[in-house]
Amino acid sequence: MSLCIGVPREIFPGEKRVATVPEVVEKLIKLGFKVAIESGAGEHANFSDDTYRAAGAEVVADAPTLWATSDIVFKVRAPSDEEVALLREGGALISFVWPAQHPDLMQKLAARKATVLAIDCLPRLLSRAQKMDALTSMNGISGYRAVIEAANAFGRFFNGQMTAAGKVPPAKVFIAGAGVAGLAAIGTAANLGAIVRANDTRAEVADQVKSLGGEFVKVDYEEDGSGGGGYAKVMSEGFQQAQREMYAKQAREVDIIITTALIPGKPAPKLITAEMVQSMKPGSVIVDMAGEQGGNCELTEPGKAVVKHGVTIIGYTDLPSRLAKQASTAYANNLLRLTEELCKSKDGQINVNMEDDAIRGLTVIKEGAITWPAPPLKQPAPPPAAKPAAEAPVVVKKAQGHGHGGSSEAMPAGKAAVFFGIGAILFWLVGAFAPEAFLGHFTVFVLACFVGYMVVWNVKPALHTPLMSVTNAVSSIIAIGALVQIAPPLSGGGDRPDDLIRWLALGAIVLSTINMFGGFAVTRRMLEMFRK
Amino acid sequence: MSASLATVSYLGATILFILCLGGLSNQETARRGNLYGIIGMTIAVLATVFGPRVVAGGLPWIIGAMVVGGAVGLYAARVVKMTQMPELVALMHSMVGLAACLVGFASYIDTSIAYTGAEKAIHEIEIYVGILIGAVTFSGSVIAFGKLSGKIGGKPVLLPGRHFLNLAGLLIVIYFGREFLHAGTIAQGMTPLIVMTIISLLFGVHMVMAIGGADMPVVVSMLNSYSGWAAAATGFMLSNDLLIVTGALVGSSGAILSYIMCNAMNRNFLSVIAGGFGSDGGAPAPAASGSVQPAGEVVAVSATETADLLREAKNVIIVPGYGMAVAQAQHTVYEITEYLREKGVNVRFGIHPVAGRMPGHMNVLLAEAKVPYDIVFEMDELNEDFPETDVAMVIGANDIVNPAAQEDPASPIAGMPVLEVWKAKTSIVMKRSMASGYAGVDNPLFYKDNNRMLFGDAKKMLEEVFVALKAAE
Repeated sequence: MSLCIGVPREIFPGEKRVATVPEVVEKLIKLGFKVAIESGAGEHANFSDDTYRAAGAEVVADAPTLWATSDIVFKVRAPSDEEVALLREGGALISFVWPAQHPDLMQKLAARKATVLAIDCLPRLLSRAQKMDALTSMNGISGYRAVIEAANAFGRFFNGQMTAAGKVPPAKVFIAGAGVAGLAAIGTAANLGAIVRANDTRAEVADQVKSLGGEFVKVDYEEDGSGGGGYAKVMSEGFQQAQREMYAKQAREVDIIITTALIPGKPAPKLITAEMVQSMKPGSVIVDMAGEQGGNCELTEPGKAVVKHGVTIIGYTDLPSRLAKQASTAYANNLLRLTEELCKSKDGQINVNMEDDAIRGLTVIKEGAITWPAPPLKQPAPPPAAKPAAEAPVVVKKAQGHGHGGSSEAMPAGKAAVFFGIGAILFWLVGAFAPEAFLGHFTVFVLACFVGYMVVWNVKPALHTPLMSVTNAVSSIIAIGALVQIAPPLSGGGDRPDDLIRWLALGAIVLSTINMFGGFAVTRRMLEMFRK
Repeated sequence: MSASLATVSYLGATILFILCLGGLSNQETARRGNLYGIIGMTIAVLATVFGPRVVAGGLPWIIGAMVVGGAVGLYAARVVKMTQMPELVALMHSMVGLAACLVGFASYIDTSIAYTGAEKAIHEIEIYVGILIGAVTFSGSVIAFGKLSGKIGGKPVLLPGRHFLNLAGLLIVIYFGREFLHAGTIAQGMTPLIVMTIISLLFGVHMVMAIGGADMPVVVSMLNSYSGWAAAATGFMLSNDLLIVTGALVGSSGAILSYIMCNAMNRNFLSVIAGGFGSDGGAPAPAASGSVQPAGEVVAVSATETADLLREAKNVIIVPGYGMAVAQAQHTVYEITEYLREKGVNVRFGIHPVAGRMPGHMNVLLAEAKVPYDIVFEMDELNEDFPETDVAMVIGANDIVNPAAQEDPASPIAGMPVLEVWKAKTSIVMKRSMASGYAGVDNPLFYKDNNRMLFGDAKKMLEEVFVALKAAE
């Protein structure tokens, strides 16, 4: 028996988003679920009931029926008290919940013996959770919309132009906070042609700002504001002073300010004071994206656009909803990815696997028991450290057969002692028993090994194949050995089998010249291919 | 030409050979390095031919042999395909090995230079060792050639008690070495010499047969090293310093390359030589099943979806492997690279030290396809950049991108450095099927959420991707 996913109409005033879209409905059905949708749910996001029906969803006329028949409910906004009352006993709900801000809601949901997955509680650091990260998709949309709102309220072009009617300077935009929303705003404003500056207390985002076409404005004070989890933390007094000065300077210079500064669980920091607003040019615009948490600007009125001191201050708290179709599609896809995680067997059943870090984090109520907040993520075990020490004996063993092939620079003292000890014994043996003529050759041999060792370490790995083919060609120097055997002078000994030796040597010459010519030619061919 | 003049020429040749190897340290000087090698070799040969050790009567023979050998060599160099480089190099090593054997035998039956006492003993040891190394190099290289060209199966052939077989072989060789030294006449010495040669040949076959396909880069560079030692041993037996120096240069360079390759696989040099993957832990299959099985499912994509991913990417890293060489896909890879680079995408290549079947194999293939070498990077140079990479495209590689090497201590390849493609936002693995790599280890990468599989022949799929890329304009 496959479960039914129900999507009610959002009842929060002004909320235009919907928790699923027809395109995603098809995919949910492929996962084995039935999908029911309340009539008119997608209306404000430009999805008619017919498109849902065409995608295979059942359209249900009213909310109570829908809630009653659904095993799993997908929503955008946290449910209202009435909606909680409609939720089936033991049913499942996936939506934004904000458990920290809504403790009574949590209690009520728990009383319904519900299983609740709060999409806002996703462990965002988990890379495989990114595809379900609805906060990121919503923030990205907000950032885009914030620039559009600003452009709407701003009386000029964003890009600089030289027109027949005169010169138009480009708009200057300052963006406070380079999180997901801030970065989206930077990209959008830069694409419209504005000069974009941005600031963030986390120094590591400077490169991201630049990559999107913005200029990173530093606060003239040394302190890093990374607060873990990709969020910012509260900064020291000295820093805040320096930051205020920087903001005051930007406020005088720029035409548009977009603020996105939020600190989790705290009211939004007041970055833009009333004086700063006064110092701005008339006709300037401030978009305060932190309106819901009280605003980054002292004069912001959450949810409204107001004009103060000639500056339009926009404090809308429903920016994603103002781009309802895009936001709904993104949100629906995030929920689809989450559903895939919950339903790995594709049989229309869900398994809330509390062993899975991502799902554990999301699940705030499991069958009536409040499981929020989730324990902090286990850090993945660090990769096993490299073992430089273990590599040393390789060289030692290798060297034994061939005199002294080489040594390793990172050899521990004990091993080095053994190595040199063996070396000393070998040398002593050679010195004690070998005739003098041999020693001359031996010296040459050992030194040549070291020269080879030194030279070859410098060869780039990219050239290892040419190196091998050239050393191969060079090793055909063995031809010399054959050459001197073919027709030596003073072949005095009458019993020297000249013919046999000649044929052996000729064979050796042919073989080694194949190698010689072939090796050098192929190396040349290869090296000619390497080009910048 | 006097003896002193010949010696000085040899010295010049030696210096040129050192400069030759040194020149290969980077692409700009590499061509000049090769030229130094050619000049050095020419000087060495001329100095010998016109030197005091060769009389005029030998010249026609020498010229004849060199013309034949040279023609064959140049022909082979011209027709060989870049993907066949490993085979060619292996085959060439076998020639050096065989030449060393022939020179050794010739030197033994040559009575024109008489030695006595310790000198005689040393001379005979030199001959014995020279032929031994030559024979091992010869038969080992022939087998390596067979394996690389697919004439012999790539799977390791492990005889029961192979370590004892090797040990027994060694003891027999030492025993006959004694016999050889005590032999009164050349005819008496011949029997032990031939027995030893046969055992050495068998040992070479056995050694390379036992080594799996993934370890081929080590084998090829090791045989390279052996061919150098064979030349050096010949130098000792003929009291020729040029041969000793050159042989030692080649020998040590091959040894270092083998060492670098072993490091790249986090393998002990001896365990590679001793043969077989995981030779201490039994067959590879139980080792793999004993480790954690990857969970999750594989997401397959089409060429069109791959093209979409590539088009939307800003940073792309391509990781080629042996599969690219087999499919001859390097030219298509280059076309895609060129197209993406024109569109402003930052495309780079990440090369694992043991990708392919010989050291630097991938670099040569990419160079053949005209990929500029300044966008081709070593593993260490770009491994940190994967988190900022949008798409990592793995073409016909498996073990070198296996996260189990880092994550699963029980894995047979644990600790081997790998390219961290799974840290990219999306990784695409092009493979013919889900089969595991040469190491016989399952690859958890395929099951990662951000990984996509593009199944099919690398060349065919890449062509489809390229068509899809262009079609979208």
